[in-house]
Amino acid sequence: MTINQIQDRIVEDFNQFDDWMDKYALLIELGNGMEPIDDQYKVPQNIIEGCQSRVWLHADMADGVIHFKGESDAILVKGIVALLLEVFSGRTPDEILQTELYFVDKIGLKEHLSPTRSNGLLAMIKQIKLYALAFKARNS
Amino acid sequence: MLTFAVLKLQFMLSNEDILRLRTDFPILEEKIYGKPLIYFDNGATTQKPVQVLSKIEYAYKHLNANIHRGVHYLSQKATEAHEEARSTVADFLGAAQREEVIFTRGTTEAINLVAFSYGEAFCTEGDEIVVSVLEHHSNIVPWQMLCERKGLVLRVIPMNERGELDLEAYASLLNGRTRLVSVAQVSNVLGTVNPVGEMIRMAHDKGIKVLIDGAQAVPHIPVDVQQLDADFYVFSAHKIYGPTGIGILYGKQELLNAMPPCQGGGEMIDKVSFEKTTYNVLPFKFEAGTPDYIGSTALAEALRYVSAIGLDAIAGYEQALTEYATEQLMQIGRMRIIGTAREKSAVLSFLVGDIHPYDLGMLLDKMGIAVRTGHHCAQPLIDSLHIPGTVRASFSFYNTRDEVDLFIKALQRIVPMLS
Repeated sequence: MTINQIQDRIVEDFNQFDDWMDKYALLIELGNGMEPIDDQYKVPQNIIEGCQSRVWLHADMADGVIHFKGESDAILVKGIVALLLEVFSGRTPDEILQTELYFVDKIGLKEHLSPTRSNGLLAMIKQIKLYALAFKARNS
Repeated sequence: MLTFAVLKLQFMLSNEDILRLRTDFPILEEKIYGKPLIYFDNGATTQKPVQVLSKIEYAYKHLNANIHRGVHYLSQKATEAHEEARSTVADFLGAAQREEVIFTRGTTEAINLVAFSYGEAFCTEGDEIVVSVLEHHSNIVPWQMLCERKGLVLRVIPMNERGELDLEAYASLLNGRTRLVSVAQVSNVLGTVNPVGEMIRMAHDKGIKVLIDGAQAVPHIPVDVQQLDADFYVFSAHKIYGPTGIGILYGKQELLNAMPPCQGGGEMIDKVSFEKTTYNVLPFKFEAGTPDYIGSTALAEALRYVSAIGLDAIAGYEQALTEYATEQLMQIGRMRIIGTAREKSAVLSFLVGDIHPYDLGMLLDKMGIAVRTGHHCAQPLIDSLHIPGTVRASFSFYNTRDEVDLFIKALQRIVPMLS
């Protein structure tokens, strides 16, 4: 599946619910179901500090694609991290750099990406793109 | 009989009084995601009554001219309104003289002003400033900047597990090098009402001056700076139903006179020449530039509004509401109230189990309930408690038991989702 096909699938999953409670319940389920990040990656250099919550992000490159691992101390943020990793992890740097992220907006959760919420998510997306740039530069 | 009725009104607010007062606040009619707004973020800022809103409009429509220099009629009117506002603030705080009231942009600017000007006049390398562990960043960072600038040392009063300051430790921090104590009267996170009267006496016994950060106190409890004998007292208009962007520095006259101004410009000068400029007298010495005369006029209106209801009545009502909300919150499993001081204001910080405050806050928001989450600009305090932050409900007299009940219902729905 392409990145956008995955984004479309996420949008479909969420938009089957009309009630925000159900959407959030799904988000919480995704957060809870996420594989916890290994303690060795929960180190200061992987922390993205938000004012409200923190996000950990670790990146590795193998066979031309970048594998991300992530986590957050807030479950709603963790749910969105799970979705972002589903979209971005296992992709080539070029795929990541070319992606226009639209699913968060379309599932009605864009408030979590507002800079004023300061939960670390916006910085995380920026960091994902920076990793892609860095890995691309290193490989060329 | 009439006297009795008036007295009763002064000291007790009935549910009918509250419902009537609520109609003064247009924003309380707002719907958030289609649900009635429940505004429990009064510690961050309070909503504004129509009296204040109308005053702002009135001032712009009928009083707008730059003050203190115009010979013309409107300038005179604007100057009068601004200076009357100063008198209103002086009366409200119980200041001995109206010149002791300086208009600033808010609590933060007032503390920065003292940190700079008092620091310049009275502090030298090796001196000490005392703050407490429960201070807001705006009562920490300006002192750290002073410490860096002049080589001072910042000392910190610890607290006990209830969130009460350790007065014995405080006493031991006061020494010959202590130049100033700067503490909050009420903690914005824990609601602790610090015994500032006693703390000021203890400092004065050793000849040490004290600044009280009253930002979280003035909307909730009656304050008299002379009775407290505070050397400096600061607060923000927007936290007491007034406009944003204006606040107050009260300072004892002899201290303010001994301090150099921290900003230069118009209004604050006596004579200017390229060789030598002399400064204006108090209060103008500290008010460079065109003052916010619309803001001051609206602040005065807010203080009159609060005084008409009566701060004793407000305190009594808010105390009862906070106690009720505390009891109700305790019905929720795994509830931890953060801050259980015996003297506590209308602030309720809490955590439920290991649920992150952000998650609770986001879901409460979806139900139209505005609370604050996070470290509340008091990171050292939050770190000392080893928690990720708190959810904070902070009340005003316009909040009701019905709102508290809806809040509890919302939590009962949300907590299982997040557990």
